[in-house]
Amino acid sequence: MKHLLSAADLDRTSAIEVLDTAARMAATQGREIKKLPTLRGRTVVNLFFEDSTRTRISFETAAKRLSADVINFSAKGSSVSKGESLKDTALTLQAMGADAVVIRHQASGAPHRLAHAGWVGSSVVNAGDGTHQHPTQALLDAFTVRRHLVGTADEPDGVGKDLTGLRVAIVGDVLHSRVARSNVQLLHTLGARVTLVAPPTLVPVGVEAWPCDVSYHLDDVITDQQPDAIMMLRVQRERMGADGTGGTSFFPSPLEYTRTFGLDARRMALLPEHAVVMHPGPMNRGLEISADAADSPRAVIVEQVANGVAVRMAVLYLLLAKEREAVA
Amino acid sequence: MTGTEHLLRGVAPLGGDPTDLLLADGRVAAIGPDAAARARTDARVLDAAGLVALPGLVDLHTHLREPGREDAETVRSGTRAAALGGFTAVHAMANTTPVADTAGVVEQVWRLGRDAGWVDVHPVGAVSVGLEGRRLAELGAMAHSAARVRVFSDDGHCVDDPVLMRRALEYVKAFDGVVAQHAQEPRLTAGAQMHEGVVSAEVGLAGWPAVAEEAIIARDVLLAGHVGARLHVCHVSTAGSVEIVRWAKARGIDVTAEVTPHHLLLTDELARSYDPLYKVNPPLRTAEDVEALRAGLADGTIDIVATDHAPHTREDKDCEWAAAAFGMTGLETALGIVASVMVDTGRMDWAGVARVLSSTPARIGRVDAAHGRPIAVGEPANLTLVDPAARWTVVPEAMASASRNTPYGGRELVGAVRATFLRGRPTVLDGVAVEPGEHA
Ligand SMILES: [Zn+2]
Repeated sequence: MKHLLSAADLDRTSAIEVLDTAARMAATQGREIKKLPTLRGRTVVNLFFEDSTRTRISFETAAKRLSADVINFSAKGSSVSKGESLKDTALTLQAMGADAVVIRHQASGAPHRLAHAGWVGSSVVNAGDGTHQHPTQALLDAFTVRRHLVGTADEPDGVGKDLTGLRVAIVGDVLHSRVARSNVQLLHTLGARVTLVAPPTLVPVGVEAWPCDVSYHLDDVITDQQPDAIMMLRVQRERMGADGTGGTSFFPSPLEYTRTFGLDARRMALLPEHAVVMHPGPMNRGLEISADAADSPRAVIVEQVANGVAVRMAVLYLLLAKEREAVA
Repeated sequence: MTGTEHLLRGVAPLGGDPTDLLLADGRVAAIGPDAAARARTDARVLDAAGLVALPGLVDLHTHLREPGREDAETVRSGTRAAALGGFTAVHAMANTTPVADTAGVVEQVWRLGRDAGWVDVHPVGAVSVGLEGRRLAELGAMAHSAARVRVFSDDGHCVDDPVLMRRALEYVKAFDGVVAQHAQEPRLTAGAQMHEGVVSAEVGLAGWPAVAEEAIIARDVLLAGHVGARLHVCHVSTAGSVEIVRWAKARGIDVTAEVTPHHLLLTDELARSYDPLYKVNPPLRTAEDVEALRAGLADGTIDIVATDHAPHTREDKDCEWAAAAFGMTGLETALGIVASVMVDTGRMDWAGVARVLSSTPARIGRVDAAHGRPIAVGEPANLTLVDPAARWTVVPEAMASASRNTPYGGRELVGAVRATFLRGRPTVLDGVAVEPGEHA
């Protein structure tokens, strides 16, 4: 594998390989000296056209713990509206000898262009592109789910296993969510059954081709399906309320959204005992998730962040080091 | 007018029986056994055996980019490309800088075309000032200018205000004009990047729903019927649009419709590559839409093929999808695509090609005194010779257009333009452009 652009790039075997590698990486992170020499002399560029301190820091930490040289390149605020700067930036990175480019971009497909337009020869990792994909988020979510719901006392990370038989509900703004798209694909690949829950306005036309079910009723999904994991998506502020151009909001009011699709104490109580609560962050407390739910012992939201570093270490390792080992 | 006479031997008019054609003094001077006998001794004899003669092709929808974006195309480069594509007349869209919304600008474009000499350039006039959709442009002044504008369009923008559309449809009746609508409901397509459906849902590009086109076409055919005006619908792209046009025609509404070569061939699946070469407006649709468009063209519901030739510089295409410009070039590949998807598949004969690429667009644009004529003695010698069996591969770098944004690079087409004659003068011979003056 040269690039990681989409969760669809991973078949069951390679997805499990990433998760198992991440488990090994996570184990090293319990040690006093966390740094591994694996990527010494390699250069990883974090190319962020869109603000996301948490994702950038996660990738940066992962690369540094593998001893890679890290260059942070924040292109936000430069003239990216015309797009030429993506190409020019790419040519610069190529000249600097980047081995891997981790890219976050507001345009769907920008990582795909970076990987395939002939601008650079390096590996490309998609750190979130528009409303398309965020594959490392899906991997860290799958890692978290596996650890909590598949892991055993002997094998706490569930190494070697997939997610067959688990039910996952993904709730919220599916239409604009790269997290939802990535998770539907990866969870399906790993054998889980996914149900998307959202108001109809936030479900894309064409969703019928996705390997999942769709419901407009959160209470029914919780009661009837008893999901093993429930993933709450962030609702962007700009999706609600009037925008001054004639009412293009996707639902009548934040209050109605919370009432219909928010995860609160009442809905928490209806979930099975073992169910875990997830959120890719940053959360809108009181909107899609109540403080009760976010701070409950069943919430694994903080752990998702920690697992993100291990998963990103695994991805960088598999893209950069494993390739070289195979050649050597 | 005296120039070189051309004797075309063994050519098949509209794909019929082979015969000889004599082109002299800008006209078809003789047809049949008579032709060789009447040719002057210095007539140039072309062996046209195996070639099909069509009336010179007429494009109702070309973006020549001049004035304003001469880095993408000029009237000269675009019309040379048109000649190589078999065209003898093109309608130059109004979305230039400045906009072709005054007699001054349309006359400028018309003169540039005349001076270049490759094809007859018929400027399209803007419907609204600055294409802004607020108030009518100087429609009458453009109609009565030297450019004699008959086609009016805000193409690139939809005339979405129903009152403005109604007024335009009514007003141009005075000079037998037609409003060519770019049907795109703007509110339903804000930020739209590609066809809304299964592929857009997966690749995460904002959707351009079919209903945004169909709703405008439905409104416009009703308006045209109500005021008894002539409506032309640009680049119909959906199965639903074909149904609406079919319904309107059955009701006797005076509507014509065009389809582009790319909508007859390509689908939204290509957007999975995120290569902006496939970004176009209206967007590439589904395979079902493509099939409905081919069927509609074959049965006459869709009247014509028009290229929507939209050249763009490399900077505007060599970037990420959302940042790229909409549009693709099409003048040099139009005939090959129509031949490949309609003739080679048995859905249309060469007389049909002459109808959809020459006589009907000429009639809609009201240039049918000179173009889209029957191949008959005394008619203007605007002709295109096509090798129906030639297989050729599209090479973007080899195109005559100043821009390279063809989506067909590497694709094999059947049917190639071998020669084009504009009023008896060859603009293309053996598939190669003949610079004006070379054969004066
Ligand atoms: Zn248009």
